[in-house]
Amino acid sequence: MQIRIIVNGRPVEREIEADMRLLDLLRDGLHLTGTKEGCGEGECGACTVLLDGQAVNSCLILAAQVDGKEILTVEGISKGNTLHPIQQAFVEEGAVQCGFCTPGFIVSTYALLKSNPAPSDQEITSALTGNLCRCTGYVKIVDAVHHAAKLMHQKEGRSRRAL
Amino acid sequence: MKDVQNTRFTAVGKNARKIDGYGLVTGKPMFVTDIDLPRTLHVKILPSPHAHARILEIDTSKAEAIAGVACVLTHKNTPSRRYTTAGQGYPEPSPYDSRMFDDKVRFVGDRVAAVAAETEAIALEALKAIAVRYEVLPPVLSIDEALCPGAPVIHEEEDATGIYDASRNIVADVDIDAGDVVRGFAESDVIVEMTCETQYAQHTPIEPHVVLSYLDENRRLVLRSSTQVPFHVRRIIAYVLDLPIHQIRVIKPRIGGGFGAKQEVLIEDLAGLVTLRTGRPALLELTRHEEFVSSRVRHPMRVRVKLGAKNDGTLHAIEMEAISNTGAYGSHGLTVLSNTGSKTLPLYNKAENVHFFGKAVYTNLPVAGAYRGYGATQGYFPLEMAIDELAERLNIDPLELRRKNHIRCGETSPIFEKLGEGREGVAFTVKSCELPRAIEIGAEKIGWVEKRGKRTREGAWVHGIGMSIHMQGSGIPRIDMAAATIKMNEDGSFNLLVGATDLGTGSDTILGQITAEVLGVPSEKVLVISSDTDITPFDTGAYASSTTYVSGTAVERAAKEVREQVLSVAAKMLGAEQANLTISDERVVAPEGENVTLAEVCQYAMYQVDQFQIGATSSCVPEESPPPFMASFAEVAVDTETGVIKVLKYIVAIDCGTALNPQMAEGQVEGSIANGIGYALTEEMRISSKGRVRNPTLFDYKILGSLDMPPFEVILVDSYEPTGPMGAKSVAEIGINGPIPTIANAVYDAVGVRLTKTPFTPEKVLAALRDRS
Repeated sequence: MQIRIIVNGRPVEREIEADMRLLDLLRDGLHLTGTKEGCGEGECGACTVLLDGQAVNSCLILAAQVDGKEILTVEGISKGNTLHPIQQAFVEEGAVQCGFCTPGFIVSTYALLKSNPAPSDQEITSALTGNLCRCTGYVKIVDAVHHAAKLMHQKEGRSRRAL
Repeated sequence: MKDVQNTRFTAVGKNARKIDGYGLVTGKPMFVTDIDLPRTLHVKILPSPHAHARILEIDTSKAEAIAGVACVLTHKNTPSRRYTTAGQGYPEPSPYDSRMFDDKVRFVGDRVAAVAAETEAIALEALKAIAVRYEVLPPVLSIDEALCPGAPVIHEEEDATGIYDASRNIVADVDIDAGDVVRGFAESDVIVEMTCETQYAQHTPIEPHVVLSYLDENRRLVLRSSTQVPFHVRRIIAYVLDLPIHQIRVIKPRIGGGFGAKQEVLIEDLAGLVTLRTGRPALLELTRHEEFVSSRVRHPMRVRVKLGAKNDGTLHAIEMEAISNTGAYGSHGLTVLSNTGSKTLPLYNKAENVHFFGKAVYTNLPVAGAYRGYGATQGYFPLEMAIDELAERLNIDPLELRRKNHIRCGETSPIFEKLGEGREGVAFTVKSCELPRAIEIGAEKIGWVEKRGKRTREGAWVHGIGMSIHMQGSGIPRIDMAAATIKMNEDGSFNLLVGATDLGTGSDTILGQITAEVLGVPSEKVLVISSDTDITPFDTGAYASSTTYVSGTAVERAAKEVREQVLSVAAKMLGAEQANLTISDERVVAPEGENVTLAEVCQYAMYQVDQFQIGATSSCVPEESPPPFMASFAEVAVDTETGVIKVLKYIVAIDCGTALNPQMAEGQVEGSIANGIGYALTEEMRISSKGRVRNPTLFDYKILGSLDMPPFEVILVDSYEPTGPMGAKSVAEIGINGPIPTIANAVYDAVGVRLTKTPFTPEKVLAALRDRS
């Protein structure tokens, strides 16, 4: 079947098998390999992407289901070579160890900070509970989300002043 | 946070940015499966449905006839050499008891056959078409069954080597002593004894095992593998597939965590053979289910500890007996068992009489292997509970009892020499130990004096605090070897080539920092290339907490040699005495201030006079294994109605020598504590009466998520290890030893019950509370 979607701001048309997972469309079909598969059953969150702004596990969604919708993956978060503040914060706070879960965490954080620009510890851990990390113990990930929130706030302040 | 900021250095002791950070946060294709090769075959494995069975017949003709199937592998058409999957130094201390495929299967999930096909779906379909007739044999499903006289023999094959006593299912047997424990206990005023059991637990790296194999343009086999041990993979695969080592190249790209699971050469043989047979790339990626069922787990153990002490609190005798379950194959069986004693008993060196003995036994259960902590974790459980029990019997503060008996700077333990990695160890003196300070800091942060023994109640919840102390090692002395090559580029930058394996730990970054420190350049001027057997020098790999200490020393030595070369060229350029020159800010400076840039030095050496490549290769085989030390504290609340344990606060004070990158050192501790709390409270592979793993999913096997983490604090206690690179020793494993005894001791403080079986589920807590009343 034919689907038309928007991936990281770009329109994509693809002929797909009816049973293809969104994860496979992204990784194999579109070579967007930042999205990872850690379990294939919706438990680890390494495959998290935004579907019309909502964080979802792309291993549990068929590509056919996203026809007409908009997808954002980790590759679509930064603009050019400049890191998005969330990505910058993850690096600066030491929230990345092996980095395999990181794209999922960054996408989930992006969704969180869109809806809640200054989350509490509790709100962060709740929002990220669908993403598993075996390396960090989450301490520096929570720090990174706070740091990202601050960076985004400053950036917004700057652009407002610039107006 | 850092106890005292280290100001001696410019590049180390600082939170240098992770050198692979940019790529990882932007999702660049850095992992094994992030690249596509044309015409890649997909490999799937047929697992055994039986815990113990002989394959009488196997018919693959229907599978082979399916369109899109490229090859089917079974015991009939694959190399039959026995080897060990344990990625250890050569000769490996693990038995050669494995084959690519055997005519006997020894656990549910053991390999029966493999299919390579055009797509994963075709491969899975072909697996179903393989007809196997089994003779089901009686299985051995516990350590007690394994040791029972007349038990079914799991490894009766004649070509296996290195098994201690196959006819009795004993993989390994260790028995060492110092002094005389019989006399020691007879002379003791107080004796306590404690037996604990640990469960089956899995590493669950978020990236499962995966390998992509292909032939290069010269028809050499390339294995792009998610491994902790690229050089051991090369050697072991060469042996298994009967290829010369020079026909194999192993590349480790970024890998998604290991924790010991990827110290195992688990799948490279299959993908490699498919590629050799078909000439095509082959991808083999374990599913999460396979990761639980067929990869590797932590050795479940039963460990008994008996302590004898004088009335003044001096430990006089320690006996530790460990029975370890290695599952169906003996990977790491001997060495994990040895470590249960060798990484715990030296901590209490005031005891003059020590006896450690034990066995590692085969069962028809999932296969154990290396797992962060490596046996020490299992040993500390009864040891640190018994110390608390002894303190109570002697009416001494547990902190005081530990202070009185733990090893100190300038001291040694006979165990260092008696017990090494599956053989004799190496005698050495501890040259850095800030454990007293770690205990002091931790006790203050947790509120030891105010809260201990108070049993504060809030409804059904009772609060308690507990602690434990630990050591680990830094590499395997006189066995591990690491090498580093540094070469200079004409813009004053350096390439650092290391065989060391960064599995997410940040070792590439800290090895770069060491280089930058010695050569007086910013970290960005050191370009790190690691873990490619064609390009980088040898390194045993990432295990035994060795990389910082062993690989780091090799890097420091290479950097010092390069520094001398740089100074000698600069001396010629400046007409100055080499001994009077210094390097700072990327310049070589003479006493009077004349200077040349590093770029000019390299250009001079490359293009102008007495031309040569500035560069050096150095190696390190450590003479000792300086232990990091840790004091770990927890406050818990126990719900006396439901049995639920809540960890309210966790404090770790750790002496890892110089923290070369404090942020990364903290990250190692935080991750290992999270893993350890899961191991203590929730993680357990449940196994059916037929030997099948009943919960092989991340839904049913509960690792901690962000919501489950207690508030915790890591304190890096200021310390300096004189034998380590810039004063560093290891930090990666020790943390995981803490949570089980720390939480168990806190639970005892709260409700007065000793929990002796992990994980501490509400059912077990309730049962213990019932037994007490």
